[in-house]
Amino acid sequence: MGYVMDRAGFAEVIAALLKDYRIFAPVRKKGAGRFTDVDAVIYDEIRDAGEIELELKSDYAPKEFLTPLSETLLYFTEDEVKESDFDERPVLLFGRSCDLHSLRRLDQIYLNNGPARDPFYERRRKAVRCVLIGCGHSYDNCFCVSMGSNRCDDGYVFSVDLIDDRIHSNVLDGSFIKFFSEVPGAEEKDVLPRFVTENDVKVEIPEEVPREIVRSGLWDEYTSRCINCGRCNFVCPTCTCYTMQDVFYSDNGRAGERRRVGASCMVDGYTDVAGGGQYRRKNGERMRFKVLHKISDFKKRFGYQMCVGCGRCDDICPEYISFSNIINKVNAASREVQA
Amino acid sequence: MANLDVNVGKLKKNAFRYSKVRGETASRIRIPGGVIDASSMSRVVEIAEKYGTGVINITNRQGIEIPGISLADMDKVNEEIQKIIDSLRINQTEKGKGYPSSGTRNVIACPGARLCPFGCYDTTAFAQKMENSIYPNDRHVKIAFTGCSNDCAKVRLADFGIIGMTEPQYDKDRCVACGACVNYCRRRSVGALELVNGKIVRDAAKCIGCGVCVVYCPTRAWTRSKEHYFRLVLLGRTGKKNPRLAEDFIKWADEESILKMVKNTYAYIEEYIDPDAVEHKEHIGYIVDRTGFEEFKKWLFDGVELGPKAEVNQRPYWGGRHYDRYGG
Ligand code: SF4
Ligand code: SF4
Ligand code: SF4
Ligand code: SF4
Ligand code: SF4
Repeated sequence: MGYVMDRAGFAEVIAALLKDYRIFAPVRKKGAGRFTDVDAVIYDEIRDAGEIELELKSDYAPKEFLTPLSETLLYFTEDEVKESDFDERPVLLFGRSCDLHSLRRLDQIYLNNGPARDPFYERRRKAVRCVLIGCGHSYDNCFCVSMGSNRCDDGYVFSVDLIDDRIHSNVLDGSFIKFFSEVPGAEEKDVLPRFVTENDVKVEIPEEVPREIVRSGLWDEYTSRCINCGRCNFVCPTCTCYTMQDVFYSDNGRAGERRRVGASCMVDGYTDVAGGGQYRRKNGERMRFKVLHKISDFKKRFGYQMCVGCGRCDDICPEYISFSNIINKVNAASREVQA
Repeated sequence: MANLDVNVGKLKKNAFRYSKVRGETASRIRIPGGVIDASSMSRVVEIAEKYGTGVINITNRQGIEIPGISLADMDKVNEEIQKIIDSLRINQTEKGKGYPSSGTRNVIACPGARLCPFGCYDTTAFAQKMENSIYPNDRHVKIAFTGCSNDCAKVRLADFGIIGMTEPQYDKDRCVACGACVNYCRRRSVGALELVNGKIVRDAAKCIGCGVCVVYCPTRAWTRSKEHYFRLVLLGRTGKKNPRLAEDFIKWADEESILKMVKNTYAYIEEYIDPDAVEHKEHIGYIVDRTGFEEFKKWLFDGVELGPKAEVNQRPYWGGRHYDRYGG
């Protein structure tokens, strides 16, 4: 069932939903960018439909709800431990097609990677229903078509497309129809969310990346070009690495908390081991690890590609390093090796 | 050229240079904020080719001088530069007559937030606003704007130096303790950050508001304050008697107060300038040396209401060499 309505109508839908759901969506934050008077689009809990950014691709990914950059998991005192509280209300999480595809990757790692399921992830994940933001056009650096993440036919409760100042929604989940059908002025219509079918950026990934690529010279330039800032990982909807902080409150050294914070395979410290060892010291080596994880190693284990082609890593890299370009370099080098 | 009879004082006030080459002058183009549109630049080129010698001087204070102009052509040049004056929105008293004064120097600015990743505000826009508020004026005042504490515009050599600042805002829930801000604040700035219990602590007294932490934070845990702040530094100067760098006066100042204080300075100068000053020109710093800073401050603060964050250095002390007292 589809509906078309003006912004005021959509605002009513959101207002009604907010009675039952917490809503997390991309929000354009004024002046929050790196540079003066530059905005950033970041996920946040919204209280009003007007806050939802439907036009720009978000700089940071929806994973920030499921795997917060910093989350206190538990508190401890001498011999007691208490899990942190969690707001159990259901959540609507807005995302584009690539973002919805990214959730399968997060689930894979946090829920279906060996016998244990991560309870802190699971309590968040269970609460989430997705809302699809349609893509009227491809954005800079997107290569979702190459990665097969440009379409979603299910996995969302309703979709939202802003076309000529009107909201077009395809309501997939029947239980959500009531939020739309009663909005004054909402027309019932056949609606299909918009998907892109072509990107300017295209990648080709070899079916199997030959082992020789590990020793290829193609990684070397990144040792000097990359500043190991980790932005490419922090914005990536499919990166799942974290590290733990056990913190003892300074005025009472016997109580404290355990936090989980995001980690990046590009940032110093990631491969530090006892005794001062570090497996990947050079940024070129870190780049090799990251790229091969995204386009080869994950697939070897789980049978599908990790990267969804959202292009956020390219969007944000301060050193103009293009991940999609590296994929294509790996592809060319692989052919050379195999020839 | 015989019979040249030129009022040199008027010529200078009209923004022409007194040249060592007899019979010649140079036309000085004001470019507040250091930004000139390309068509005005083409006009400068035309004038240089038609009336000058086909060369253009780029001045230290971001102006342009077109040298080699015959004194006899000044009126024609004034007509030709009208479009440039209009396009750069320079206050004027009479159209077609060139610049009404030259004492208050071109207001300069580094590229600032229009281009530079470290710029904390739009330096050019503030410089143009300042120009608009104080020009034309015959008093010798130098004002310079720089986007951040790097001070690429060398504002510490000006009477009023305005240095951009941001007050970094920390969102601990976005911080992953990567350490980039601590590292870059230490290496590129003053080392005001520390990682304590997995989160960042900022030494607010040490922080200079350069925004380096914001530029390097990969997660937007650090962002800029909504307000644009400024450090106002005073009374730097070059010259023969006592060259010295400007000293800090107000940290975390606001735009409106700065505009007002500069404007107030002109009234102070009128009151206290040495009536016998050569060419009626005296650097403010020397006037302040005479009246004492307290008196100057009184005039500066007239009608000024500083914001709640402003920290005033009540008694700045200037250094520099005193060649006039001890020789060189
Ligand atoms: S590739 Fe770019 S974004 Fe990623 S760590 Fe290197 S410099 Fe940072
Ligand atoms: S690796 Fe880059 S393009 Fe692929 S999912 Fe992550 S951010 Fe998007
Ligand atoms: S002073 Fe700061 S803002 Fe201005 S050019 Fe230098 S670094 Fe950039
Ligand atoms: S604004 Fe500059 S001085 Fe202050 S904490 Fe950030 S980097 Fe350090
Ligand atoms: S750079 Fe940002 S994420 Fe890293 S430690 Fe500093 S505030 Fe935290």
